[in-house]
Amino acid sequence: MRMLGMIRKESLQILRDPSSIAIAFVLPVVLLFLFGYGVSLDARSIPLGMVIEQPDAATNSLAGAFERSEYFAPRAYPSIQQAQQALAERRIDGILWLRNDFSKRLLSGREAPIAVRVNGVDSNQAQATKGYIEGAWLAWLNQYAAARGHPLPAPVVLEQRVWFNAALKSRDFLVPGLVAIIMTLIGSMLTAMVVAREWDRGTMEAMMVTPLRIREMMVGKLIPYFVLGMGGMAFTVALAVWQFDVPLRGSPWALFVASALFMLVSLAVGMLISIVSKNQFVAGQIAIVVTFLPAFILSGFIFDIHSMPEPIQIITHVVPARYFVAILQTLFLAGDVWPVFWTNMAAMSVLLLIFIILVRRKAHKRLE
Amino acid sequence: MSFVGGGRRVTALDGVSVRLKPGAVTGLIGPDGAGKTTLMRLAAGLLAADSGRIEVLGIDVAREPQRVQSAIGYMPQRFGLYEDLSVGENLELYADMQGVPRPMRAARYQELTRMTGLAPFTKRLAGRLSGGMKQKLGLACALVRPPRLLLLDEPTVGVDPVSRRELWSIVYGQVKAAGMTVLLSTAYLDEAERCAEVILLHEGRLLGQEAPAEFSQPLVGRTFVLRLEGMSTRALQSRLARVPGVLDALVTGDRVRIVAGEGFVPETATLLADHPTARIESVAPRFEDAFVARLKGQDGVHGAPPKVSMTIAGEVDDEVIRVRDLERRFGDFRAVKGISFSVKRGEIFGLLGANGAGKTTTFRMLCGLLPASRGELAVAGHDLRRAGARARRSIGYMAQRFSLYGNLTVMQNLRFFSSAYGLRGRHRAERIRWALDGFELDDYQDVNAGLLPLGYKQRLAFAVALMHQPAILFLDEPTSGVDPLARREFWARTNALAEAGVTVLVTTHFMEEANYCDRLVIMADGEVLAAGRPREIRQRARTQDSPDPSMEDAFIALVQGREVAA
Repeated sequence: MRMLGMIRKESLQILRDPSSIAIAFVLPVVLLFLFGYGVSLDARSIPLGMVIEQPDAATNSLAGAFERSEYFAPRAYPSIQQAQQALAERRIDGILWLRNDFSKRLLSGREAPIAVRVNGVDSNQAQATKGYIEGAWLAWLNQYAAARGHPLPAPVVLEQRVWFNAALKSRDFLVPGLVAIIMTLIGSMLTAMVVAREWDRGTMEAMMVTPLRIREMMVGKLIPYFVLGMGGMAFTVALAVWQFDVPLRGSPWALFVASALFMLVSLAVGMLISIVSKNQFVAGQIAIVVTFLPAFILSGFIFDIHSMPEPIQIITHVVPARYFVAILQTLFLAGDVWPVFWTNMAAMSVLLLIFIILVRRKAHKRLE
Repeated sequence: MSFVGGGRRVTALDGVSVRLKPGAVTGLIGPDGAGKTTLMRLAAGLLAADSGRIEVLGIDVAREPQRVQSAIGYMPQRFGLYEDLSVGENLELYADMQGVPRPMRAARYQELTRMTGLAPFTKRLAGRLSGGMKQKLGLACALVRPPRLLLLDEPTVGVDPVSRRELWSIVYGQVKAAGMTVLLSTAYLDEAERCAEVILLHEGRLLGQEAPAEFSQPLVGRTFVLRLEGMSTRALQSRLARVPGVLDALVTGDRVRIVAGEGFVPETATLLADHPTARIESVAPRFEDAFVARLKGQDGVHGAPPKVSMTIAGEVDDEVIRVRDLERRFGDFRAVKGISFSVKRGEIFGLLGANGAGKTTTFRMLCGLLPASRGELAVAGHDLRRAGARARRSIGYMAQRFSLYGNLTVMQNLRFFSSAYGLRGRHRAERIRWALDGFELDDYQDVNAGLLPLGYKQRLAFAVALMHQPAILFLDEPTSGVDPLARREFWARTNALAEAGVTVLVTTHFMEEANYCDRLVIMADGEVLAAGRPREIRQRARTQDSPDPSMEDAFIALVQGREVAA
């Protein structure tokens, strides 16, 4: 009866307080649209400076290839000095320099006669630019050689095939990760705010002096917010699949089970935060700093965990989102790969157990 | 019982031993910081004592807090209501928590809502109730399953007198009907007389536990009231307070009440040699007299505070503040509904009313902190809408919670605020010296403001508001929660300032303090119920049964009169 009373009360409060519903349903929309449309790790229309010291048929053909490519927006500069100036001022991201002996060396089949400069200030961007220029150069070289009946000067041809995301669309890779980030935020914010609110408004004190047990209070609060959070989750997945056309190759049941477990972890973390901080504002701040930011940076959502320094890699093991991101990316893009699924589920279960023990330890019917 | 606060251990309760009388109402009385709430929370098992033992209903609280929490009823200071749930849903929630069997609920809710007058409002959200109704709902929730012991932490503070009286009658009804034991804390000393027994706390120490009449027993024959034609009660009070042998002098109604020290016989010859016509009557002692006598007995002789000197130019009849048809809306809620009044130079003008009456909103508009929605507002000759900054320069403001920097020392606070008011060099040094002397803060210069006793915090806040010698002083609930001695000191200083020509606007929910005002308005629900001199307002409530009504009687008569009219 006491627990049912608690659940009924929390549900009524959710229905009357637009802020918790906003956290569960408006927040995902905002974040998905921001990342789904605004952020892209794909290169498109890279501003590229071109310096052609002695134009002829070969250089025109190469320049034409770059101009037709959707990856580049080439601009011509009369001298390398001017192009370098533009690069320094970040008006262009890279330079393609064809010296005056370009055609001669090309015909003689000696070493690659182009020079490439990229701005290394943003190293990711520089890598990508370099890669795209190389790709375009090799493609043109192939075509050029075939047209002239010559064999390709390069001895080895690499045949690349990208699995699971053949077009290398970064959105297909970002959106599943984003689902994890959104759920981290929903789960921890919801509970962090609601328990702290009871402290703020003095209702916790009154509830404590009743037969209500602390366990009943915590479970009574968890259940309604679990339902709300899962509603937000379903909504987010629906948006990802139908609005952003991200393929869902794994089974929906596996997705549901993994999400439910992760939601419990997030709610438990939120509850722990609110018990420790006892103040809505502080709880909200802490929730962002200790759950949202690590989930963003340390989960492998954007930054690859394997390329992080060793100590940071160790830290990522306590970030629950890390395991959920791995499950989500696999379920969405690769399908049901059970070894990946179960190892990550096991890791999340261990974390859930730890957080529940901490909540039980920290939650007292005491005001100190 | 002690707490760690500001890097220093604060002892909240120090060796207190009490025993509650079963089946009766025991009052836990003392100013803020006395340890009332700490004692309540210890009894409810919400805090653990550093040493000592508490047994509630035969259960050791430290060992089995849950058993105690399951057995008692408790209403914390902020009533413990869920404001986004309706009256009925709040009752339902507490019934679920207390395990009230379903078949019994309907009858219990009916009884509780009838008793509290909440029956017509069961569908209304608790957040939309008035302060008095919230307090009664909080009480109803604590009573949903009649407990054997009921703990009520300051249930009456800031609530209007009508609701306070109703709360007391509900509590007494429960004590009689169910044989309940009640522990009720309050800062209102006049409520002590309603209790069967009183536990008096001051700064964590027990001053006594007795029936209220026994507290005042030693003062029988030592309390008197005086009236003198041709002298204002305020002037008479400040004169009597300086007579050696007079322990306490207090304005009550249009007379001055004094408590004589032991062995001092108050006669016109000893009190007012130059006014042989003064009439002195002996009256029965009250609980407050006893409290003040005990405090003074402890601290040694406590004379009148030093006179605070200030000179403000201007004519006596200058109109300093003019308010006409002032209105303030928050969304569709009208917090202040078209009020008008004016204040003359050197007057003490009171805004009286319960929490939520619109006092603080009015005040904020007068200080230029909140724009008015409609109406005319002039302070010191400046229209606040156009010349807000210039008007503010002539205003001193003391906010409800004192707005001091708790982690700066007294001296640092004075330095900061004086430079914030643009004082420099020698002038600033002089003003700081003036504040330290006039408010007796010399010994506390290097103490952090946050660690000062409440009475000293109040002094410091008062001094800070006066650093730039403002012609107008706004005091928002200055005496809320401070002990009776600090309150007397506060009024003595305020009187002195008014005599020097400072215009004082003060809000209070202590009805009796209205007698210190030259004129006042009584506010309720954003409207002015009555305006005038204290005496005129009191006389409106005069009937054959009560020929000499108090300000509280007058307030209740006004509110009830309005309800009849509505």
